[in-house]
Amino acid sequence: MIATGQTLKAVDEIKGRSLWVDARRRLVKNRAAMAGIVILAAIAALALLAPLLSPYAYDEVNYDIIACAPGWWPVETACTAPGHIFGTDSVGRDLFVRVLFGARVSLAVGLVATLVSLLIGVLYGATAGYLGGRVDALMMRVVDILYSLPFVFFVIILMVLFDRNFILLFVAIGAVEWLTMARIVRGQTLSIKQKEFIEAARAGGVGPFAIITRHVIPNVVGPVMVYVTLTVPGVILTESFLSFLGLGIQEPLTSWGVLISDGADQMETAPWMLLFPALFMAVTLFCFNYVGDGLRDAMDPKDR
Amino acid sequence: MSALLEIAGLNVHFALPDGDVHAVKDASLTINPGECLGVVGESGSGKSQLFLAAFGLLAANGRASGSVKYRGEEILGASPKRLNSLRGSAVTMIFQDPLTSLTPHMKVGQQITEALMLHRHVERAEAESRAREMLEYVRIPESTRRLGQYPHELSGGMRQRVMIAMATITGPDLIIADEPTTALDVTVQAQILEILRNLKDEKHTAIAMVSHDMGVIAGIADRVQVMARGEIVESGSADDIFYAPRHAYTRMLLDAIPKADEAPAPVTEIGAPLLTVDELKVSFPIKNGLFAPAQTLRAVDGISFTLHQGETLGVVGESGCGKSTLARAVLQLLPKTGGHVVWLGRDLDAQTQSDIRKLRQDFQIVFQDPLASLDPRMPIGVSIAEPLKALEPGLSRETVRQRVRAMMERVGLEPGWINRYPHELSGGQNQRVGLARAMIVGPRMLVCDEAVSALDVSIQAQIVALIRDLQAQTGLALIFISHDLSVVRRLSHRVMVLYLGRVVESAPSAALYADPRHPYTRALLSAVPTPDPRIERAKTRLLLTGDLPSPLDPRAQLTFLKSRLGEPGYRPKLEQVAPGHFVAEHE
Amino acid sequence: MTGYALRRILGAIPTLFVIVTLAFFMMRAAPGGPFDSERRLPPEVERNIKAAYDLDKPLVQQYFLYLGKLAHGDLGPSYKNKDFTVVQLIATGLPVSMRLGLSAMTIALLLGSFLGVMAALRQNQWQDYSVMGVAMLGITIPTFVTAPLLTLVFGIYGVTLFGHDLSLPVGGWNGGALANMILPVTVLALPQIAIVSRLMRGAMVEVLRANYIRTARAKGLSARRIVMRHALRAAVLPLVSYLGPALAAILTGSLIVEQIFGLPGIGRYFIQGALNRDYTLVLGVVICYATLVILLNLLADILYGVLDPKVRQA
Repeated sequence: MIATGQTLKAVDEIKGRSLWVDARRRLVKNRAAMAGIVILAAIAALALLAPLLSPYAYDEVNYDIIACAPGWWPVETACTAPGHIFGTDSVGRDLFVRVLFGARVSLAVGLVATLVSLLIGVLYGATAGYLGGRVDALMMRVVDILYSLPFVFFVIILMVLFDRNFILLFVAIGAVEWLTMARIVRGQTLSIKQKEFIEAARAGGVGPFAIITRHVIPNVVGPVMVYVTLTVPGVILTESFLSFLGLGIQEPLTSWGVLISDGADQMETAPWMLLFPALFMAVTLFCFNYVGDGLRDAMDPKDR
Repeated sequence: MSALLEIAGLNVHFALPDGDVHAVKDASLTINPGECLGVVGESGSGKSQLFLAAFGLLAANGRASGSVKYRGEEILGASPKRLNSLRGSAVTMIFQDPLTSLTPHMKVGQQITEALMLHRHVERAEAESRAREMLEYVRIPESTRRLGQYPHELSGGMRQRVMIAMATITGPDLIIADEPTTALDVTVQAQILEILRNLKDEKHTAIAMVSHDMGVIAGIADRVQVMARGEIVESGSADDIFYAPRHAYTRMLLDAIPKADEAPAPVTEIGAPLLTVDELKVSFPIKNGLFAPAQTLRAVDGISFTLHQGETLGVVGESGCGKSTLARAVLQLLPKTGGHVVWLGRDLDAQTQSDIRKLRQDFQIVFQDPLASLDPRMPIGVSIAEPLKALEPGLSRETVRQRVRAMMERVGLEPGWINRYPHELSGGQNQRVGLARAMIVGPRMLVCDEAVSALDVSIQAQIVALIRDLQAQTGLALIFISHDLSVVRRLSHRVMVLYLGRVVESAPSAALYADPRHPYTRALLSAVPTPDPRIERAKTRLLLTGDLPSPLDPRAQLTFLKSRLGEPGYRPKLEQVAPGHFVAEHE
Repeated sequence: MTGYALRRILGAIPTLFVIVTLAFFMMRAAPGGPFDSERRLPPEVERNIKAAYDLDKPLVQQYFLYLGKLAHGDLGPSYKNKDFTVVQLIATGLPVSMRLGLSAMTIALLLGSFLGVMAALRQNQWQDYSVMGVAMLGITIPTFVTAPLLTLVFGIYGVTLFGHDLSLPVGGWNGGALANMILPVTVLALPQIAIVSRLMRGAMVEVLRANYIRTARAKGLSARRIVMRHALRAAVLPLVSYLGPALAAILTGSLIVEQIFGLPGIGRYFIQGALNRDYTLVLGVVICYATLVILLNLLADILYGVLDPKVRQA
């Protein structure tokens, strides 16, 4: 009898449609978000494969071809460098390779600083939200105070004082971005903690640890994922802002901010030096924002 | 006599991301001047959308076709200008949720006078004095002060009166009342219905009463239309519908309603006492801003009772009476402030957290909102298995699976749905999941906290029957909490009436319903609408005046014992008036 | 209402205090002092200089000395611009920065909320899609790209339209002449217009779905009246909360804009001071910025209370 029950079970069980599956289905239907994912993947692949894609090294200086236009440049220019598809910069380095290496740095800063903010934000926010009461009020008051600081100025001071340390850059930017993350995680934790299904689990004898891992975390992941996607472009922007001011990445390493800064200096004579890094950066930010918006709509369809 | 409103062949469609929904199918109806048409149906029947569509108020993704004539003039698809001159002037509306239906940042007075000044070109001073008159008409005292307040400063009942005042001030021919009392307590509902009846009788205003509640319809409607799944399935005079229903759906609706003269609660063997609650108290600090001292809300203020094996204790009361807090405190889900809970002779105070977790095998709970009480990211099978895994950790996966499938079958769920998610099931099915989750560990006591209140009547009846079956099979003790006196009556051996955290009356079920002694119990019973037009018409109503007093007011307990008002700490004592029938002191 | 405003003002004081403390100790924690980079000074001269700037005293004492001076509105002398006090420098730069910032902010708020409301009222129609598409561009293209691009187009290449020369000066303040303001203000305002319009659209869409809007429609009010009287006030609330962050963002942007367009605002002093380790100047500018942001947050809080009766009474 039991044996037949076991053999039957696989046959009659209907596969459920989980919220994740639903969200994925809606995301796949969102053309802007899907295009964003594809383009981002392409840019990331280009950045990773950069050394293989070009015969030039990112720091290979060539004083014969200073600030030369690519061969296909439609406007008459002082000099052209046919082998360099994006042209060359003011010391004759290949711009294509430099834009891709810039992508490596910018994307790395974006991802690492976002992870830093995620780590701090989730720990802080979840603690505040889970403990609640006075501790929560105090912890959130601290966030409120920090929130009202013009934080970028502190990052600038830090970068100046500690000599443009690369690691510090990640930490400093992450330390700015964690505030919003903490707010979101805390809000989510609080609202989920008050949901009836948590009480139901408690009434069913489920222990506090299992409640956090089985009920709270899976329900917080969605909104956090959305926010992470929207934080990455913010971080990339902050990094390039600092680099533009000369406070971020140092030569010969480069990032989009550095390239744009160089390009802006030369834009009258060599507009490609501004155009290509600016284009790559704008497209990347654009894609991240559309993917983030798409994710949000997919997770919470009532928003549209 | 020519009809006021004629709807013919109205269809409403909504374009949703997952496809087109046909919400109203070929609906036709007429409303004559001065009459009340009741439109009854369960959730999703399209009854509200029908009227919203008729007056061009559909959401952006909805579209309507057919014909809607107001005094012979076609208004479906009329210009916004024409519709605006009609809406708020000749035809007005009252909506279900009075809090969200009033603009939060505008004073009540501004909102009431707005339509009058716009449509009747009345000066502000004149409009305000009319608004005061209207507030008095809907029995809101201190009208001048009220006009200067914001909606959130008023109670739910008061807000709905404001909505009525707003809908009546222009002297309309027709008021569309869309579930106007659903969000309100039963005693407040009775007051609101009385006002609407007066409007019809004194001002001869036609009313379209949209409701899911046959009792509400019986008390006010001249004619009734029954809607199901977007269609009008039956229409006729109130007497025809209630006494000679022809359509199967109408009959099902009427049969599903718990009747006053229904068979008593199921007889199960009442055994030894399981649970003894003694002077239980739960209070919460209420903070009013940063610097104000915290006030204490005594949600449960000294409640005692005993529950025996196989017995059902019904707990009734209106919102804020502490019934849900009582349930949670008994189940050790909330810390109590005083008193004792004794389970099988063991005082639960003396137990450690982990002992209490083990004891949860004995007492389980089913919640009000079936969807909210299930984790949306878990398949229902996992949700049902969760208490089993937590309380009997030694079981093998296969045993758990077998027991979940067996339990699902027992509560009337297809065992093959084990991997489905809550959002794929209906409210009634989800509540069965909730029951399965509670019953799978084999509890000896089950607390049902408004467990059927969120469900349509037809589903309600099925779930109540299921609970009754489970009790008969297992000898389970039940605490059945509800605001709905008729549902409680169906199941309970004893009934306890709560008022502001205290018991005002406690008696065997039959005695309480036949011979209520406390004025609050009487008002409560009298306020419950009966789905029988003749009884409703003949009924003399015992109306409480005003709203429930605030539970923060220390003198609120003495509402029915005014002579003791001088002693704010005094609590009315329970006195035995008949064997097992206790009533709180009152005058 | 007065009580509410008073509570908010009291709440702002500790924030300012935290900022001053944080900034002060951060500057002092830095390796290297302001006079390290100059050629080696004789020890007694160095000691004299340090004494003149109170740098010879223990750190905690320096901190309290600074607080004491700050209470009198004295931010100390600039370490590098030796003839000026920090207050003098800020006094010359602040009007420029304020004019820029406030103009950008006003334009962003007015234009952004107008566009946002428009998009919300035409939800999912072409007006909505085009406003939101452009807004996305405004958010993703950073200030330091738009500034050179606009300079290139309007300044260097020059634009003529119907025979009018639309060229604009690409740098300098020129006493705040309108022509000199147009490009910097535009660059500063663009991303904020984008953010404000997205915020406003979201809030308006949400409010328009509320039950009380249905009530207002059922009252026969015109669409215009519904938006103006019933919807706008609730929809504007998220925008009010955004005032503080908006100012912070505009101040950040002004660092770039003042640099690119060569404007004599405090942003330039900040960057200069930071690069020169001119502690007192940087500290002074940060305090100035923080005060501005806090003041605006305060204003936003009070405005929120005015707009939302529930907050006022809580």
